[in-house]
Amino acid sequence: MEFLRPATWDEALAAKAEYPTALPIAGGTDVMVELNFDVHRPSAILDLNRVTELTEWTNDGDVVRLGASVPYARIIAELSGPLPGLALAAHTVGSPQIRNRGGVGGNLGAASPAGDSHPALLAAGRDVYVEAASVRGTRMIPIDDFYVGVKRNCLEADELIRAVHIPVADGPQQFSKIGTRNAMVIAVCAFGFALHPKDGTVGTGIGSAAPTPRRAVEAEEYLQGVLAERGLWESGGLLGTEVIQRFGELVKAAASPIDDVRGTADYRRHALAVMARRTLTWCWNDYSKQIRSAA
Amino acid sequence: MTTTRTIQGQKNLQKINQAAKDGIGGSPLRPDGNLKVKGEFAYSSDLWHEDMLWGMALRSPHPRANILSVDISEALKVPGVYAVLTHEDIPGSKYYGLEIQDQPALAIDKIRYHGEAIALVAADHPETARRAVKKIKVEYEVLTPIVTEEQCLDPETHGYVHEPHEYKSHAYGNICHEQKLVSGLGVTDEVRAMADVIVSGDYEVGMQDQAFLGPESGLAVPAEDGGIDLYIATQWLHVDREQMAPVLDLPEEKVRLTLAGVGGAFGGREDISMQIHACLLALHTNKPVKIVYSRDESFYGHVHRHPARMHYEHGATRDGKLVFADCRIVLDGGAYASASPAVVGNAASLGHGPYVIPNVKMHAIALYSNNPSCGAMRGFGAVQAAFGYESQMDKLAAELGMDPVEFRQLNAMSEGDFMPTGQQIDSPAPVAELLQRAKDMPLPPPLDTEHLDVRALPGALSNTSHGEGIVRGVGYSVGIKNVGFSEGFDDYSTARVRLEVIGGEPVAMVHTAMAEVGQGGVTVHAQIARTELGVEQVTIHPANTEVGSAGSTSASRQTYMTGGAVKLAAEAVRRELIEKGRRRYGWTHNDLSLVGGKVVSASAGPLVSMVDLLGDEAVEQTREHHHRPTQAFDKETGQGFGHVQYTFCANRAVVDVDVELGLVKVVELTAVQDVGKALNPLSVVGQIQGGCTQALGLAVMEEIIVRDGKVRNASFTDYLIPTILDTPPIPVDVLELPDPHAPYGLRGVGEAPTVSATPSIVAAIRNATGLALNRIPVRPEHLTTEQPG
Amino acid sequence: MRVTFTANGKPVEADDVWEGESLLYVLRERVGLPGSKNACEQGECGSCTVYLDGVPVCSCLVAAGQVQDREVRTVEGLAEENGELGLVQQAFVDAGAVQCGFCTPGLLVQTDALLDRDPQPSDNDIREALSGNLCRCTGYEKIMDAVRLASARKCAGEGAAE
Repeated sequence: MEFLRPATWDEALAAKAEYPTALPIAGGTDVMVELNFDVHRPSAILDLNRVTELTEWTNDGDVVRLGASVPYARIIAELSGPLPGLALAAHTVGSPQIRNRGGVGGNLGAASPAGDSHPALLAAGRDVYVEAASVRGTRMIPIDDFYVGVKRNCLEADELIRAVHIPVADGPQQFSKIGTRNAMVIAVCAFGFALHPKDGTVGTGIGSAAPTPRRAVEAEEYLQGVLAERGLWESGGLLGTEVIQRFGELVKAAASPIDDVRGTADYRRHALAVMARRTLTWCWNDYSKQIRSAA
Repeated sequence: MTTTRTIQGQKNLQKINQAAKDGIGGSPLRPDGNLKVKGEFAYSSDLWHEDMLWGMALRSPHPRANILSVDISEALKVPGVYAVLTHEDIPGSKYYGLEIQDQPALAIDKIRYHGEAIALVAADHPETARRAVKKIKVEYEVLTPIVTEEQCLDPETHGYVHEPHEYKSHAYGNICHEQKLVSGLGVTDEVRAMADVIVSGDYEVGMQDQAFLGPESGLAVPAEDGGIDLYIATQWLHVDREQMAPVLDLPEEKVRLTLAGVGGAFGGREDISMQIHACLLALHTNKPVKIVYSRDESFYGHVHRHPARMHYEHGATRDGKLVFADCRIVLDGGAYASASPAVVGNAASLGHGPYVIPNVKMHAIALYSNNPSCGAMRGFGAVQAAFGYESQMDKLAAELGMDPVEFRQLNAMSEGDFMPTGQQIDSPAPVAELLQRAKDMPLPPPLDTEHLDVRALPGALSNTSHGEGIVRGVGYSVGIKNVGFSEGFDDYSTARVRLEVIGGEPVAMVHTAMAEVGQGGVTVHAQIARTELGVEQVTIHPANTEVGSAGSTSASRQTYMTGGAVKLAAEAVRRELIEKGRRRYGWTHNDLSLVGGKVVSASAGPLVSMVDLLGDEAVEQTREHHHRPTQAFDKETGQGFGHVQYTFCANRAVVDVDVELGLVKVVELTAVQDVGKALNPLSVVGQIQGGCTQALGLAVMEEIIVRDGKVRNASFTDYLIPTILDTPPIPVDVLELPDPHAPYGLRGVGEAPTVSATPSIVAAIRNATGLALNRIPVRPEHLTTEQPG
Repeated sequence: MRVTFTANGKPVEADDVWEGESLLYVLRERVGLPGSKNACEQGECGSCTVYLDGVPVCSCLVAAGQVQDREVRTVEGLAEENGELGLVQQAFVDAGAVQCGFCTPGLLVQTDALLDRDPQPSDNDIREALSGNLCRCTGYEKIMDAVRLASARKCAGEGAAE
């Protein structure tokens, strides 16, 4: 096993090109578990800790470009305003120690359906992109195309994740996750929700309830339709129980969970419906308040 | 073998030389506390020896299989590998066991559980050992595992876990051990007819793990005399040696064990884990060998709490007096016996709870199966049963329209009452009072919906509720546990106490083989020596096999048993010292004691300082402390004076349940316990709080999930134990009603709260949800999607 | 490979490090600092918590090669320079927060970091900060007491110093 320690991004890309089977490591919170328990013996480990630009973020007012290794703790502390959904999700990741090391790049690299970032990224808007690069150039991969299977993403062997581009929130966002204990738990299932009043859309993300993280497309379309038809974006008026209920049912229908040691498929569907109703209610209440206070 | 002995950590306890003044009843600080907070306390996994090798085991991926062949040739070729051993390399007996020697040190021809060790590797680095382990080729004939109660009880169809001709006990079928009990008229149609109300229920308890944090580990060092020195984290040095020596084909005196730092135990270190394996490798390679289990291996390497299926039927009169209890308890003992017989004995003799029930019928069995072996865990036998009988008490109270606490109090046993075993309770049994005190404690304030902090809600940071769906519930329970080893076992402990002058001061040294596993026995031993000998300075000698057995650090027994032995030895030292003074000075006083470093007459005042009396001589005494004899239970009737002491704890649990999502936050867990005499109140409270928290884990999250004999969650990612965000404030109320039969009147502390607290939490969840909940741990789906209707 | 870094203020060097080794293994087995504990080696228990460049992390999840030229501070580095127990260490002993003690080193580092950031945390803050540190013995009550005690002493000490 080799241990590669590039000092710059270009060196990292060159190393990945030379050793396409090298396993990138940044926070180590996934990779080291596999190494410690002999799940994985890669030919080489590619340490990205010295590539400091990966721990930086920028915000141009419309889009946050989040470096792949910005630790969750800093997302919570520094980006709760522009990325409220992701910050809430970050707060549910592992433990404080894990949040000090792990970042969204690792979550994307592992592409586990249970990764906490995914539902928040999916819900954050249509223009979320994973910036992947190789010596061949840079690709901006729409988040919807990124996850391709259980623990599989669409990266090429020579590519590394450099950053994620996430639109700055223009409305309330929420994230909920089920675990069978009150801290430090892998998601039984999770749900991200966001209102995007600027373009009159809503965003959803389902975690741990399908082979890949996914959106609840029909639920989004249904809700967008209701909000538009009833002029609710403008009025901020009540959604009504029926709409909330229906939204929950559509989210539930979008999942295709399995039974495993963490929970049953039935429970996952049920919990998704509850979380969908609750997060929608919280977001809509906040949005209504904003509309009313602006009026 | 060279004589370079740079074993780090051997001096753990030698460094302890605490000058605290406190005797019994005080709360002096732990003598090992400073080392522990400095990171200098050497746990068994911290040991290091020059030229040391790493040992590792190959474990079976199948729960039941025949081993057709084992090929170690490729493994031996891995550079850095020093030895690869199979059962064929075992010099002595191939089997060992705590009560029944039915477990092979390395699998012979057959695999009986998922994770059974087949071969061992010693190598220069853990990674080398892992590589070599992977190169051992085993050919299996995989068989359908025998895993359910129905399969186990039908061996003609499903087969035997052990062939009946191999049985080394009273086992039959796939039943490893059985205990029946009948008291009063038993339970007949006539008896049933005496009850106005009858309730019944089927209850299930999942497989809990001790989940101590310090993984199984130790260092075996071959000695020049052909023997072996093992530095080990265990609960009972002498019983380890007793099981190891025949396998290693060594006389016991050549198998020397020294206790290394122990990172928790809770029953999980009562059996052998890596002890024999490390010694086999060390003797074979003639090099020191260290084995440290990883967390997943730890789940395969020790026994767990027996899962249980229980049927209870209770009858009561209209005015709330219990008439009968009919109970059947089936414990899954897994592949090997471990402590199953004792677990069955406890379940059968304590399975009716701390209640007076005139007519009882009980049948408890432990199965042999191809599931993981189960054995000792805190409160064993009593924990499983308590969930059954306390669920029944709530059911009966509801059926009778009575308050659940008042109903329990109406039937609570007290001193002078008889157990269904016929044993009379001959020391305080304040069951009704414990419940009353739990009930009288102020309740926590209701959920503050104005200032919500998600961290205090079910789900906490997972942000599942901002107050929606949350219902509060309150539940009560009480439990009973025996203290010490029972059923006629000659349970004893040994202590050596030495008094001498060191640096101008009288210093007592206490030497026992007691395993300090975190409970604070070393603190208490020093307190006893101070009280009995009137000295300030007490040294605790490292625990090892150079002194007689201390018995196990289990069954809530160590303060009673080894504390009692230290008391006896210290008293003997005191008598000898005073006798020495009488001879030298011709004292005739009959009111002499040792106080403040002096021999003091109550009437005449100080007579002489110990420093002067001792001079250069030391006074040393060794004593064994045996508890009063007990009897085996009659196999058919369960009658007998089986237990030496009983201990009781009552709990009140307050929970917030998100009834839509099925998530639970325990808000408060009150414990009230009679401890006879709190030798160290700080430690007593710590034991009760820790015991309650393990009970909380069993109530709402902890379970080893086994499907078709395979363990599915052998990790701390999926075997969840409570975090600090899951654990509520635990107010503790301690009663001190002395037991006249026990040293200082004390009563064992560690297990009772683990027995009693689980049912209170489940009762509180039932109170919040109105659901029946007949299985623990209660999972979110049990509160939501899996409810009938 | 060779790894050199600073541990508790002193330069240390480890040779023949296997590339897959963790910082925890290097600390425990190669540089004589076994205080950080190996309870789960998957970031689920916090008993191996150390400061890495001033940030508390699970040392089992840091690859040895990642600490090259960096600063690590472990439980062995928490005591005062004269060898006296540090404030958090003393509070854990005094409050009875130590039983088997296997979780203690990680809890001490994590508590130290908490009180550094917030000398007067609320109970919920303490619970959140320590939610990645499992303890199997104490039921956490005396750990809560220890952190409150350390907080009170720290604030009293700082008040006196002003």
